[in-house]
Amino acid sequence: MIQQIRERKSLQILGLMFPGAFWLIVFFAIPLLWVLVISFLSRDDLGFPAQPFTLDNYGTLVRDIKFNPSITFDGGLEIRLFDGLYLDLLWRSLWISFVTTIITLLIAFPVALFMARLPKRWRTIMLFLVMIPFWTNFLVRTYALLFMFRGNGPINVVLNGLGVPPLDILFTPTAVTIGLVYGNLPFMILPLYTSLEKFDWTMLEAASDLGANTFRSFFRVMLPLVGPGLLAGSILTFVPAVGSYITVELMGGGKINMIGRSIAAQFSDAANWPFGSAMSMVLMVIVTIAAVLYFRAGRGERAAV
Amino acid sequence: MASDSSVILLGERAEVKPRRKDQRPSARVGRFALVTITLATFVFLYAPIIILVIFSFNDARSGATWQGFTLEWYQRMFSNPRILDAAWRSLVIAVLSTIGAVAIGTLLALAMERYRFRGQGIWDALFYMPVIIPEIVAGISLLLFFAATGIERGLFTLVVSHVAFSMPFVFLTVRARLADFDLTVEEAAQDLGANEWTTFWRVTVPLLMPGIISGALLAFTLSIDDFVISFFVNGKGWTTLPIYIWTSIKRGITPEINAISAVLLLFSIVLVIVSQLIQRREK
Repeated sequence: MIQQIRERKSLQILGLMFPGAFWLIVFFAIPLLWVLVISFLSRDDLGFPAQPFTLDNYGTLVRDIKFNPSITFDGGLEIRLFDGLYLDLLWRSLWISFVTTIITLLIAFPVALFMARLPKRWRTIMLFLVMIPFWTNFLVRTYALLFMFRGNGPINVVLNGLGVPPLDILFTPTAVTIGLVYGNLPFMILPLYTSLEKFDWTMLEAASDLGANTFRSFFRVMLPLVGPGLLAGSILTFVPAVGSYITVELMGGGKINMIGRSIAAQFSDAANWPFGSAMSMVLMVIVTIAAVLYFRAGRGERAAV
Repeated sequence: MASDSSVILLGERAEVKPRRKDQRPSARVGRFALVTITLATFVFLYAPIIILVIFSFNDARSGATWQGFTLEWYQRMFSNPRILDAAWRSLVIAVLSTIGAVAIGTLLALAMERYRFRGQGIWDALFYMPVIIPEIVAGISLLLFFAATGIERGLFTLVVSHVAFSMPFVFLTVRARLADFDLTVEEAAQDLGANEWTTFWRVTVPLLMPGIISGALLAFTLSIDDFVISFFVNGKGWTTLPIYIWTSIKRGITPEINAISAVLLLFSIVLVIVSQLIQRREK
Protein backbone atom coordinates (compact mmCIF):
# COMPACT_ATOMS: atom_id res chain seq x y z
CA MET A 1 0.00 0.00 0.00
CA ILE A 2 2.67 2.50 1.06
CA GLN A 3 4.78 1.28 -1.83
CA GLN A 4 1.90 2.07 -4.20
CA ILE A 5 1.38 5.55 -2.80
CA ARG A 6 5.07 6.24 -3.13
CA GLU A 7 5.14 5.09 -6.73
CA ARG A 8 2.11 7.19 -7.49
CA LYS A 9 3.75 10.24 -5.96
CA SER A 10 6.88 9.89 -8.05
CA LEU A 11 4.74 9.40 -11.15
CA GLN A 12 2.91 12.63 -10.38
CA ILE A 13 6.17 14.51 -9.87
CA LEU A 14 7.53 13.08 -13.11
CA GLY A 15 4.40 14.07 -15.03
CA LEU A 16 4.42 17.63 -13.72
CA MET A 17 8.16 18.13 -14.12
CA PHE A 18 8.73 16.46 -17.46
CA PRO A 19 7.60 19.14 -19.96
CA GLY A 20 9.41 21.98 -18.19
CA ALA A 21 12.54 20.02 -17.39
CA PHE A 22 12.71 18.68 -20.94
CA TRP A 23 12.19 22.10 -22.46
CA LEU A 24 14.84 23.85 -20.40
CA ILE A 25 17.37 21.06 -20.76
CA VAL A 26 16.97 20.89 -24.54
CA PHE A 27 16.48 24.58 -25.34
CA PHE A 28 18.50 26.18 -22.59
CA ALA A 29 21.07 23.97 -20.85
CA ILE A 30 22.30 22.02 -23.89
CA PRO A 31 22.69 25.15 -26.08
CA LEU A 32 24.66 26.76 -23.27
CA LEU A 33 26.94 23.74 -22.92
CA TRP A 34 27.26 23.76 -26.68
CA VAL A 35 28.61 27.34 -26.49
CA LEU A 36 31.19 26.09 -24.01
CA VAL A 37 32.26 23.34 -26.44
CA ILE A 38 32.41 25.72 -29.42
CA SER A 39 34.56 28.13 -27.39
CA PHE A 40 37.35 25.53 -27.51
CA LEU A 41 37.14 25.05 -31.28
CA SER A 42 39.04 26.78 -34.08
CA ARG A 43 37.42 28.85 -36.81
CA ASP A 44 37.26 27.93 -40.48
CA ASP A 45 37.64 30.40 -43.36
CA LEU A 46 34.08 31.62 -43.02
CA GLY A 47 34.26 32.05 -39.24
CA PHE A 48 32.32 28.88 -38.40
CA PRO A 49 33.55 26.39 -35.79
CA ALA A 50 35.97 23.72 -36.97
CA GLN A 51 38.40 21.16 -35.55
CA PRO A 52 40.92 20.99 -33.86
CA PHE A 53 40.27 21.86 -30.24
CA THR A 54 42.28 24.82 -29.01
CA LEU A 55 42.72 27.26 -26.14
CA ASP A 56 43.46 30.10 -28.57
CA ASN A 57 40.12 31.84 -28.14
CA TYR A 58 40.75 32.34 -24.46
CA GLY A 59 44.40 33.10 -25.23
CA THR A 60 43.36 36.00 -27.46
CA LEU A 61 41.28 37.42 -24.63
CA VAL A 62 44.26 37.71 -22.28
CA ARG A 63 46.89 38.64 -24.89
CA ASP A 64 48.98 41.82 -24.61
CA ILE A 65 48.03 42.64 -21.05
CA LYS A 66 50.36 45.26 -19.56
CA PHE A 67 50.31 47.02 -16.22
CA ASN A 68 49.56 50.63 -17.11
CA PRO A 69 47.44 52.59 -14.66
CA SER A 70 45.56 55.49 -16.23
CA ILE A 71 42.66 57.81 -15.72
CA THR A 72 41.11 59.16 -18.90
CA PHE A 73 38.19 61.43 -19.59
CA ASP A 74 36.93 61.01 -23.11
CA GLY A 75 33.20 61.52 -23.11
CA GLY A 76 33.09 59.73 -19.76
CA LEU A 77 35.45 58.98 -16.90
CA GLU A 78 37.49 55.79 -17.16
CA ILE A 79 39.94 54.43 -14.61
CA ARG A 80 42.25 51.62 -15.70
CA LEU A 81 45.03 49.59 -14.13
CA PHE A 82 45.94 47.29 -17.00
CA ASP A 83 46.14 47.63 -20.75
CA GLY A 84 45.09 44.99 -23.26
CA LEU A 85 42.75 44.92 -26.23
CA TYR A 86 40.07 42.63 -24.81
CA LEU A 87 40.80 43.40 -21.21
CA ASP A 88 39.91 47.02 -22.01
CA LEU A 89 36.64 45.86 -23.52
CA LEU A 90 35.79 43.79 -20.48
CA TRP A 91 36.91 46.48 -18.10
CA ARG A 92 34.86 49.15 -19.89
CA SER A 93 31.78 46.88 -19.71
CA LEU A 94 32.26 46.34 -15.99
CA TRP A 95 33.10 49.99 -15.32
CA ILE A 96 30.13 51.45 -17.23
CA SER A 97 27.81 48.90 -15.58
CA PHE A 98 29.23 49.73 -12.17
CA VAL A 99 28.76 53.48 -12.68
CA THR A 100 25.25 52.80 -14.05
CA THR A 101 24.35 50.74 -10.98
CA ILE A 102 25.60 53.39 -8.55
CA ILE A 103 23.78 56.23 -10.34
CA THR A 104 20.59 54.18 -10.65
CA LEU A 105 20.78 53.32 -6.95
CA LEU A 106 21.36 56.95 -5.96
CA ILE A 107 18.31 58.02 -7.97
CA ALA A 108 16.05 55.07 -7.14
CA PHE A 109 16.60 55.01 -3.39
CA PRO A 110 15.16 58.46 -2.63
CA VAL A 111 12.30 57.82 -5.07
CA ALA A 112 11.45 54.48 -3.45
CA LEU A 113 11.77 56.07 0.00
CA PHE A 114 9.42 58.88 -0.99
CA MET A 115 6.92 56.44 -2.52
CA ALA A 116 6.95 54.10 0.47
CA ARG A 117 5.95 56.90 2.84
CA LEU A 118 3.05 58.21 0.80
CA PRO A 119 -0.54 57.47 1.81
CA LYS A 120 -1.99 54.35 0.21
CA ARG A 121 -3.91 56.08 -2.59
CA TRP A 122 -0.89 58.02 -3.80
CA ARG A 123 1.34 54.99 -3.47
CA THR A 124 -0.89 53.06 -5.89
CA ILE A 125 -0.74 55.88 -8.44
CA MET A 126 3.05 56.21 -8.19
CA LEU A 127 3.48 52.45 -8.42
CA PHE A 128 1.38 52.50 -11.57
CA LEU A 129 3.64 55.22 -13.00
CA VAL A 130 6.71 53.04 -12.37
CA MET A 131 5.01 49.96 -13.83
CA ILE A 132 4.33 51.57 -17.23
CA PRO A 133 8.00 51.98 -18.21
CA PHE A 134 8.65 48.59 -16.58
CA TRP A 135 6.28 46.95 -19.08
CA THR A 136 7.07 49.14 -22.08
CA ASN A 137 9.21 47.76 -24.88
CA PHE A 138 12.87 48.33 -23.95
CA LEU A 139 13.83 49.01 -27.56
CA VAL A 140 11.11 51.66 -27.90
CA ARG A 141 12.19 53.36 -24.68
CA THR A 142 15.85 53.44 -25.72
CA TYR A 143 14.80 54.78 -29.11
CA ALA A 144 12.80 57.54 -27.36
CA LEU A 145 15.94 58.56 -25.48
CA LEU A 146 18.01 58.50 -28.66
CA PHE A 147 15.36 60.69 -30.30
CA MET A 148 15.68 63.23 -27.46
CA PHE A 149 19.46 63.49 -27.57
CA ARG A 150 20.23 63.41 -31.28
CA GLY A 151 21.84 66.36 -33.05
CA ASN A 152 18.62 68.00 -34.21
CA GLY A 153 16.50 66.44 -31.45
CA PRO A 154 14.16 68.24 -29.03
CA ILE A 155 16.86 68.96 -26.42
CA ASN A 156 19.07 70.72 -28.93
CA VAL A 157 16.14 72.59 -30.48
CA VAL A 158 15.36 74.00 -27.03
CA LEU A 159 19.03 74.75 -26.27
CA ASN A 160 19.34 76.43 -29.66
CA GLY A 161 16.30 78.56 -28.94
CA LEU A 162 17.91 79.67 -25.67
CA GLY A 163 21.12 80.52 -27.47
CA VAL A 164 23.04 77.81 -25.62
CA PRO A 165 25.58 75.69 -27.55
CA PRO A 166 24.18 72.26 -28.53
CA LEU A 167 24.60 69.19 -26.35
CA ASP A 168 26.73 66.69 -28.19
CA ILE A 169 26.93 63.65 -25.95
CA LEU A 170 25.45 60.98 -28.21
CA PHE A 171 27.79 58.09 -29.05
CA THR A 172 29.96 58.58 -25.93
CA PRO A 173 30.31 56.41 -22.80
CA THR A 174 28.20 59.03 -21.00
CA ALA A 175 25.36 58.53 -23.48
CA VAL A 176 25.54 54.75 -22.99
CA THR A 177 25.47 55.24 -19.21
CA ILE A 178 22.44 57.56 -19.44
CA GLY A 179 20.74 54.97 -21.65
CA LEU A 180 21.43 52.17 -19.19
CA VAL A 181 20.26 54.22 -16.20
CA TYR A 182 17.11 55.15 -18.10
CA GLY A 183 16.42 51.58 -19.12
CA ASN A 184 17.03 50.04 -15.72
CA LEU A 185 15.53 52.59 -13.33
CA PRO A 186 12.14 50.83 -13.00
CA PHE A 187 13.94 47.54 -12.25
CA MET A 188 15.76 49.23 -9.38
CA ILE A 189 12.85 51.27 -7.99
CA LEU A 190 10.49 48.29 -7.68
CA PRO A 191 12.58 45.95 -5.46
CA LEU A 192 13.73 48.90 -3.34
CA TYR A 193 10.15 50.04 -2.92
CA THR A 194 9.05 46.52 -1.97
CA SER A 195 11.60 46.29 0.83
CA LEU A 196 11.10 49.90 2.01
CA GLU A 197 7.33 49.45 2.11
CA LYS A 198 7.77 46.63 4.61
CA PHE A 199 10.18 48.69 6.72
CA ASP A 200 8.91 49.56 10.17
CA TRP A 201 9.54 53.28 10.57
CA THR A 202 9.09 53.20 14.33
CA MET A 203 12.44 51.39 14.45
CA LEU A 204 14.13 54.63 13.40
CA GLU A 205 12.33 56.48 16.16
CA ALA A 206 13.39 53.85 18.65
CA ALA A 207 16.97 54.28 17.50
CA SER A 208 16.78 58.02 17.86
CA ASP A 209 15.11 57.73 21.28
CA LEU A 210 18.02 55.56 22.31
CA GLY A 211 20.38 58.34 21.28
CA ALA A 212 21.48 57.39 17.76
CA ASN A 213 21.93 60.25 15.32
CA THR A 214 20.40 60.21 11.82
CA PHE A 215 23.58 58.94 10.22
CA ARG A 216 24.02 56.15 12.74
CA SER A 217 20.42 55.00 12.68
CA PHE A 218 20.49 54.90 8.88
CA PHE A 219 23.57 52.71 8.76
CA ARG A 220 22.88 50.55 11.79
CA VAL A 221 19.11 50.14 11.59
CA MET A 222 17.78 50.88 8.14
CA LEU A 223 20.56 49.57 5.91
CA PRO A 224 20.69 46.06 7.41
CA LEU A 225 16.91 45.75 6.99
CA VAL A 226 16.57 47.11 3.46
CA GLY A 227 19.97 45.72 2.41
CA PRO A 228 18.59 42.65 0.59
CA GLY A 229 16.31 44.83 -1.54
CA LEU A 230 19.21 47.15 -2.24
CA LEU A 231 21.43 44.30 -3.38
CA ALA A 232 18.64 42.67 -5.39
CA GLY A 233 18.00 45.93 -7.25
CA SER A 234 21.71 46.50 -7.83
CA ILE A 235 22.23 43.06 -9.30
CA LEU A 236 19.07 43.30 -11.40
CA THR A 237 20.60 46.48 -12.86
CA PHE A 238 24.23 45.39 -13.08
CA VAL A 239 23.67 42.05 -14.82
CA PRO A 240 21.61 43.30 -17.79
CA ALA A 241 23.94 46.32 -18.07
CA VAL A 242 27.11 44.22 -18.49
CA GLY A 243 25.62 42.19 -21.31
CA SER A 244 23.57 44.97 -22.87
CA TYR A 245 23.36 45.16 -26.62
CA ILE A 246 20.47 47.44 -27.61
CA THR A 247 21.58 50.40 -25.46
CA VAL A 248 25.24 50.15 -26.45
CA GLU A 249 24.40 49.88 -30.13
CA LEU A 250 21.88 52.75 -30.17
CA MET A 251 23.34 55.22 -27.64
CA GLY A 252 26.95 54.31 -28.51
CA GLY A 253 26.24 54.46 -32.23
CA GLY A 254 28.92 51.89 -33.06
CA LYS A 255 31.61 54.04 -31.46
CA ILE A 256 31.44 52.54 -27.99
CA ASN A 257 32.03 48.85 -27.57
CA MET A 258 31.04 46.66 -24.67
CA ILE A 259 31.18 42.89 -24.33
CA GLY A 260 27.55 42.23 -25.36
CA ARG A 261 27.93 44.18 -28.58
CA SER A 262 31.28 42.57 -29.23
CA ILE A 263 29.75 39.09 -28.88
CA ALA A 264 26.99 39.99 -31.32
CA ALA A 265 29.58 41.25 -33.81
CA GLN A 266 31.35 37.86 -33.77
CA PHE A 267 28.12 36.28 -34.98
CA SER A 268 27.40 38.75 -37.76
CA ASP A 269 29.91 40.76 -39.76
CA ALA A 270 33.24 39.83 -38.17
CA ALA A 271 32.08 36.20 -37.93
CA ASN A 272 34.18 34.22 -35.53
CA TRP A 273 31.77 31.93 -33.74
CA PRO A 274 34.33 30.18 -31.50
CA PHE A 275 35.78 33.49 -30.29
CA GLY A 276 32.27 34.90 -29.71
CA SER A 277 31.51 31.76 -27.70
CA ALA A 278 34.60 32.27 -25.55
CA MET A 279 33.53 35.85 -24.81
CA SER A 280 30.03 34.61 -23.93
CA MET A 281 31.57 32.25 -21.42
CA VAL A 282 33.48 35.12 -19.78
CA LEU A 283 30.20 37.04 -19.56
CA MET A 284 28.51 33.98 -18.04
CA VAL A 285 31.18 33.78 -15.34
CA ILE A 286 30.53 37.43 -14.37
CA VAL A 287 26.77 36.86 -14.32
CA THR A 288 27.13 33.69 -12.25
CA ILE A 289 29.18 35.49 -9.61
CA ALA A 290 26.51 38.20 -9.45
CA ALA A 291 23.75 35.58 -9.24
CA VAL A 292 25.42 33.80 -6.36
CA LEU A 293 25.68 37.11 -4.49
CA TYR A 294 22.01 37.71 -5.25
CA PHE A 295 20.91 34.38 -3.77
CA ARG A 296 23.11 34.85 -0.74
CA ALA A 297 21.49 38.23 -0.13
CA GLY A 298 18.24 36.47 0.57
CA ARG A 299 15.65 35.08 -1.74
CA GLY A 300 12.22 36.51 -2.19
CA GLU A 301 13.24 40.14 -2.54
CA ARG A 302 12.30 40.01 -6.19
CA ALA A 303 10.18 42.79 -7.57
CA ALA A 304 6.45 42.24 -7.55
CA VAL A 305 5.93 41.93 -11.29
CA MET B 1 3.36 70.86 -4.30
CA ALA B 2 6.37 70.75 -2.01
CA SER B 3 4.41 71.67 1.10
CA ASP B 4 1.57 69.23 0.32
CA SER B 5 3.97 66.40 -0.18
CA SER B 6 5.89 67.07 2.99
CA VAL B 7 2.67 66.59 4.93
CA ILE B 8 2.06 63.38 3.06
CA LEU B 9 5.59 62.28 3.88
CA LEU B 10 4.69 61.77 7.52
CA GLY B 11 2.65 58.87 6.20
CA GLU B 12 1.50 56.01 8.33
CA ARG B 13 2.78 57.29 11.65
CA ALA B 14 0.23 60.06 11.51
CA GLU B 15 -2.56 57.50 11.57
CA VAL B 16 -1.34 56.09 14.87
CA LYS B 17 -0.36 59.17 16.81
CA PRO B 18 -1.27 62.82 16.46
CA ARG B 19 0.99 64.47 13.91
CA ARG B 20 4.35 65.55 15.11
CA LYS B 21 5.94 67.23 12.19
CA ASP B 22 9.68 67.42 12.39
CA GLN B 23 10.35 71.14 12.04
CA ARG B 24 14.13 71.08 12.25
CA PRO B 25 15.66 72.80 9.19
CA SER B 26 17.60 69.66 8.29
CA ALA B 27 14.41 67.57 8.16
CA ARG B 28 12.69 70.15 5.97
CA VAL B 29 15.64 70.23 3.58
CA GLY B 30 15.55 66.42 3.48
CA ARG B 31 11.86 66.34 2.61
CA PHE B 32 12.34 68.99 -0.04
CA ALA B 33 15.22 67.01 -1.56
CA LEU B 34 13.13 63.82 -1.70
CA VAL B 35 10.26 65.55 -3.46
CA THR B 36 12.61 67.22 -5.94
CA ILE B 37 14.50 64.04 -6.78
CA THR B 38 11.26 62.09 -7.22
CA LEU B 39 9.75 64.70 -9.50
CA ALA B 40 12.94 64.96 -11.55
CA THR B 41 13.09 61.18 -11.89
CA PHE B 42 9.56 60.94 -13.21
CA VAL B 43 10.25 63.76 -15.66
CA PHE B 44 13.37 61.87 -16.80
CA LEU B 45 11.37 58.64 -17.18
CA TYR B 46 8.42 60.15 -19.00
CA ALA B 47 9.71 63.13 -21.01
CA PRO B 48 11.31 61.04 -23.79
CA ILE B 49 8.21 58.84 -24.15
CA ILE B 50 5.78 61.79 -24.17
CA ILE B 51 7.89 63.77 -26.62
CA LEU B 52 8.10 60.76 -28.89
CA VAL B 53 4.31 60.44 -28.91
CA ILE B 54 3.91 64.18 -29.59
CA PHE B 55 6.31 64.02 -32.53
CA SER B 56 4.47 61.05 -34.01
CA PHE B 57 1.81 63.67 -34.90
CA ASN B 58 4.33 66.17 -36.28
CA ASP B 59 3.92 67.16 -39.90
CA ALA B 60 7.61 66.95 -40.77
CA ARG B 61 9.74 64.26 -42.32
CA SER B 62 12.61 64.93 -39.92
CA GLY B 63 13.78 67.46 -37.34
CA ALA B 64 12.34 68.31 -33.98
CA THR B 65 10.53 71.55 -34.66
CA TRP B 66 6.77 71.48 -34.62
CA GLN B 67 5.34 71.84 -38.13
CA GLY B 68 1.69 71.19 -37.42
CA PHE B 69 -0.60 68.27 -36.62
CA THR B 70 -0.91 65.28 -38.92
CA LEU B 71 -2.11 61.70 -38.86
CA GLU B 72 -0.07 60.88 -41.93
CA TRP B 73 2.44 58.65 -40.11
CA TYR B 74 -0.31 56.58 -38.59
CA GLN B 75 -2.01 56.25 -41.97
CA ARG B 76 1.28 55.16 -43.52
CA MET B 77 1.90 52.71 -40.74
CA PHE B 78 -1.51 51.10 -41.08
CA SER B 79 -1.14 50.84 -44.85
CA ASN B 80 2.40 49.47 -44.83
CA PRO B 81 2.11 45.70 -45.38
CA ARG B 82 5.62 45.10 -44.01
CA ILE B 83 4.70 46.66 -40.67
CA LEU B 84 1.33 44.91 -40.52
CA ASP B 85 2.89 41.55 -41.38
CA ALA B 86 5.62 42.00 -38.78
CA ALA B 87 3.00 42.93 -36.16
CA TRP B 88 0.91 39.91 -37.11
CA ARG B 89 3.94 37.60 -36.82
CA SER B 90 4.84 39.05 -33.41
CA LEU B 91 1.27 38.48 -32.27
CA VAL B 92 1.17 34.87 -33.49
CA ILE B 93 4.52 34.11 -31.81
CA ALA B 94 3.41 35.80 -28.59
CA VAL B 95 0.09 33.92 -28.42
CA LEU B 96 1.65 30.53 -29.17
CA SER B 97 4.58 30.97 -26.80
CA THR B 98 2.33 32.31 -24.02
CA ILE B 99 0.12 29.22 -24.25
CA GLY B 100 3.20 26.99 -24.08
CA ALA B 101 4.86 28.94 -21.28
CA VAL B 102 1.69 29.03 -19.15
CA ALA B 103 0.97 25.32 -19.50
CA ILE B 104 4.52 24.17 -18.81
CA GLY B 105 5.29 26.83 -16.18
CA THR B 106 2.14 26.07 -14.16
CA LEU B 107 2.88 22.34 -14.07
CA LEU B 108 6.44 23.07 -12.95
CA ALA B 109 5.21 25.39 -10.21
CA LEU B 110 2.91 22.64 -8.92
CA ALA B 111 5.73 20.09 -8.93
CA MET B 112 8.22 22.35 -7.19
CA GLU B 113 5.87 23.81 -4.59
CA ARG B 114 3.71 20.77 -3.76
CA TYR B 115 6.36 18.08 -3.56
CA ARG B 116 9.70 17.62 -1.88
CA PHE B 117 12.18 15.42 -3.66
CA ARG B 118 15.88 14.83 -4.03
CA GLY B 119 17.85 17.18 -6.28
CA GLN B 120 15.17 19.84 -6.10
CA GLY B 121 17.72 22.60 -5.49
CA ILE B 122 19.50 21.86 -8.76
CA TRP B 123 16.22 21.97 -10.69
CA ASP B 124 15.40 25.22 -8.95
CA ALA B 125 18.68 26.70 -10.19
CA LEU B 126 17.99 25.47 -13.74
CA PHE B 127 14.50 26.98 -13.76
CA TYR B 128 15.77 30.27 -12.42
CA MET B 129 18.78 30.66 -14.71
CA PRO B 130 16.97 31.90 -17.83
CA VAL B 131 15.81 34.89 -15.76
CA ILE B 132 19.33 36.17 -15.16
CA ILE B 133 21.28 34.99 -18.18
CA PRO B 134 22.17 37.87 -20.55
CA GLU B 135 19.84 37.88 -23.55
CA ILE B 136 22.77 38.04 -25.93
CA VAL B 137 24.17 34.76 -24.57
CA ALA B 138 20.74 33.10 -24.73
CA GLY B 139 20.39 34.31 -28.33
CA ILE B 140 23.74 33.09 -29.62
CA SER B 141 23.48 29.78 -27.74
CA LEU B 142 20.17 29.04 -29.45
CA LEU B 143 21.60 30.12 -32.80
CA LEU B 144 24.54 27.73 -32.34
CA PHE B 145 22.20 24.97 -31.23
CA PHE B 146 19.81 25.34 -34.17
CA ALA B 147 22.74 25.58 -36.57
CA ALA B 148 24.34 22.43 -35.16
CA THR B 149 21.12 20.39 -35.21
CA GLY B 150 20.14 21.63 -38.65
CA ILE B 151 16.75 22.89 -37.48
CA GLU B 152 15.54 25.47 -39.96
CA ARG B 153 15.03 28.89 -38.40
CA GLY B 154 11.52 30.30 -38.55
CA LEU B 155 8.26 30.17 -36.62
CA PHE B 156 9.22 26.98 -34.80
CA THR B 157 12.58 28.21 -33.51
CA LEU B 158 11.08 31.57 -32.50
CA VAL B 159 8.22 30.03 -30.51
CA VAL B 160 10.43 27.39 -28.89
CA SER B 161 12.97 30.02 -27.81
CA HIS B 162 10.32 32.40 -26.51
CA VAL B 163 8.79 29.61 -24.42
CA ALA B 164 12.23 28.79 -22.99
CA PHE B 165 12.93 32.28 -21.69
CA SER B 166 9.41 33.35 -20.67
CA MET B 167 8.30 30.12 -18.99
CA PRO B 168 10.51 30.65 -15.89
CA PHE B 169 8.67 33.93 -15.27
CA VAL B 170 5.32 32.12 -15.34
CA PHE B 171 6.80 29.47 -13.07
CA LEU B 172 7.94 32.07 -10.50
CA THR B 173 4.64 33.99 -10.60
CA VAL B 174 2.42 30.92 -10.23
CA ARG B 175 4.70 29.46 -7.58
CA ALA B 176 4.43 32.64 -5.51
CA ARG B 177 0.63 32.29 -5.69
CA LEU B 178 0.82 28.61 -4.74
CA ALA B 179 3.00 29.41 -1.74
CA ASP B 180 0.13 31.20 0.02
CA PHE B 181 -2.45 28.69 -1.08
CA ASP B 182 -4.80 27.22 1.50
CA LEU B 183 -4.46 23.45 1.14
CA THR B 184 -7.49 22.77 3.33
CA VAL B 185 -9.82 23.93 0.53
CA GLU B 186 -8.67 21.04 -1.60
CA GLU B 187 -9.06 18.63 1.28
CA ALA B 188 -12.56 19.93 1.88
CA ALA B 189 -13.46 19.33 -1.77
CA GLN B 190 -12.19 15.77 -1.56
CA ASP B 191 -14.02 15.17 1.72
CA LEU B 192 -17.18 16.25 -0.06
CA GLY B 193 -16.59 13.53 -2.60
CA ALA B 194 -14.74 15.24 -5.45
CA ASN B 195 -12.09 13.13 -7.07
CA GLU B 196 -8.57 14.46 -7.71
CA TRP B 197 -9.31 15.48 -11.30
CA THR B 198 -12.44 17.43 -10.36
CA THR B 199 -10.63 19.01 -7.39
CA PHE B 200 -7.81 20.13 -9.64
CA TRP B 201 -10.00 21.74 -12.30
CA ARG B 202 -12.79 23.05 -10.06
CA VAL B 203 -10.81 24.16 -7.01
CA THR B 204 -7.06 24.42 -7.61
CA VAL B 205 -7.08 26.03 -11.05
CA PRO B 206 -9.68 28.74 -10.24
CA LEU B 207 -7.76 29.67 -7.09
CA LEU B 208 -4.51 29.82 -9.03
CA MET B 209 -6.09 31.88 -11.82
CA PRO B 210 -4.81 35.33 -10.76
CA GLY B 211 -1.25 33.97 -10.66
CA ILE B 212 -1.71 32.22 -14.00
CA ILE B 213 -3.11 35.36 -15.63
CA SER B 214 -0.30 37.57 -14.26
CA GLY B 215 2.21 35.03 -15.51
CA ALA B 216 0.52 34.90 -18.92
CA LEU B 217 0.54 38.70 -19.26
CA LEU B 218 4.22 38.75 -18.36
CA ALA B 219 5.05 35.97 -20.84
CA PHE B 220 3.06 37.73 -23.55
CA THR B 221 4.83 41.06 -22.96
CA LEU B 222 8.26 39.43 -22.86
CA SER B 223 7.57 37.66 -26.13
CA ILE B 224 6.11 40.59 -28.03
CA ASP B 225 8.88 42.94 -26.81
CA ASP B 226 11.77 40.61 -27.40
CA PHE B 227 14.36 41.79 -29.85
CA VAL B 228 17.75 40.30 -28.96
CA ILE B 229 16.87 36.59 -28.86
CA SER B 230 14.50 36.81 -31.85
CA PHE B 231 17.20 38.60 -33.81
CA PHE B 232 19.40 35.50 -33.58
CA VAL B 233 16.78 32.77 -34.00
CA ASN B 234 14.52 34.27 -36.67
CA GLY B 235 14.76 32.96 -40.21
CA LYS B 236 14.02 34.45 -43.59
CA GLY B 237 10.52 35.88 -43.78
CA TRP B 238 10.13 35.91 -40.01
CA THR B 239 10.85 39.54 -39.23
CA THR B 240 9.01 40.42 -36.01
CA LEU B 241 7.88 43.92 -35.11
CA PRO B 242 10.85 44.71 -32.81
CA ILE B 243 13.24 43.47 -35.51
CA TYR B 244 11.46 45.69 -38.05
CA ILE B 245 11.77 48.67 -35.69
CA TRP B 246 15.45 47.91 -35.13
CA THR B 247 16.32 47.74 -38.84
CA SER B 248 14.34 50.95 -39.46
CA ILE B 249 16.18 52.83 -36.71
CA LYS B 250 19.51 51.65 -38.10
CA ARG B 251 18.49 52.93 -41.52
CA GLY B 252 17.55 56.33 -40.11
CA ILE B 253 15.03 57.87 -37.76
CA THR B 254 11.61 58.43 -39.37
CA PRO B 255 8.28 59.63 -37.98
CA GLU B 256 6.80 56.22 -38.83
CA ILE B 257 8.93 54.63 -36.10
CA ASN B 258 7.50 57.21 -33.70
CA ALA B 259 3.98 56.17 -34.69
CA ILE B 260 4.73 52.44 -34.20
CA SER B 261 6.33 53.24 -30.83
CA ALA B 262 3.29 55.25 -29.75
CA VAL B 263 0.97 52.34 -30.58
CA LEU B 264 3.21 49.89 -28.69
CA LEU B 265 3.26 52.28 -25.74
CA LEU B 266 -0.53 52.44 -25.67
CA PHE B 267 -0.56 48.66 -25.76
CA SER B 268 1.77 48.46 -22.71
CA ILE B 269 -0.37 50.91 -20.75
CA VAL B 270 -3.45 48.77 -21.41
CA LEU B 271 -1.54 45.69 -20.24
CA VAL B 272 -0.44 47.40 -17.01
CA ILE B 273 -4.01 48.50 -16.31
CA VAL B 274 -5.31 44.98 -16.91
CA SER B 275 -2.68 43.40 -14.66
CA GLN B 276 -3.31 45.96 -11.91
CA LEU B 277 -7.07 45.35 -12.09
CA ILE B 278 -6.50 41.62 -11.74
CA GLN B 279 -4.29 42.14 -8.72
CA ARG B 280 -6.82 44.47 -7.16
CA ARG B 281 -9.65 41.98 -7.65
CA GLU B 282 -7.47 39.36 -6.04
CA LYS B 283 -7.38 41.37 -2.84
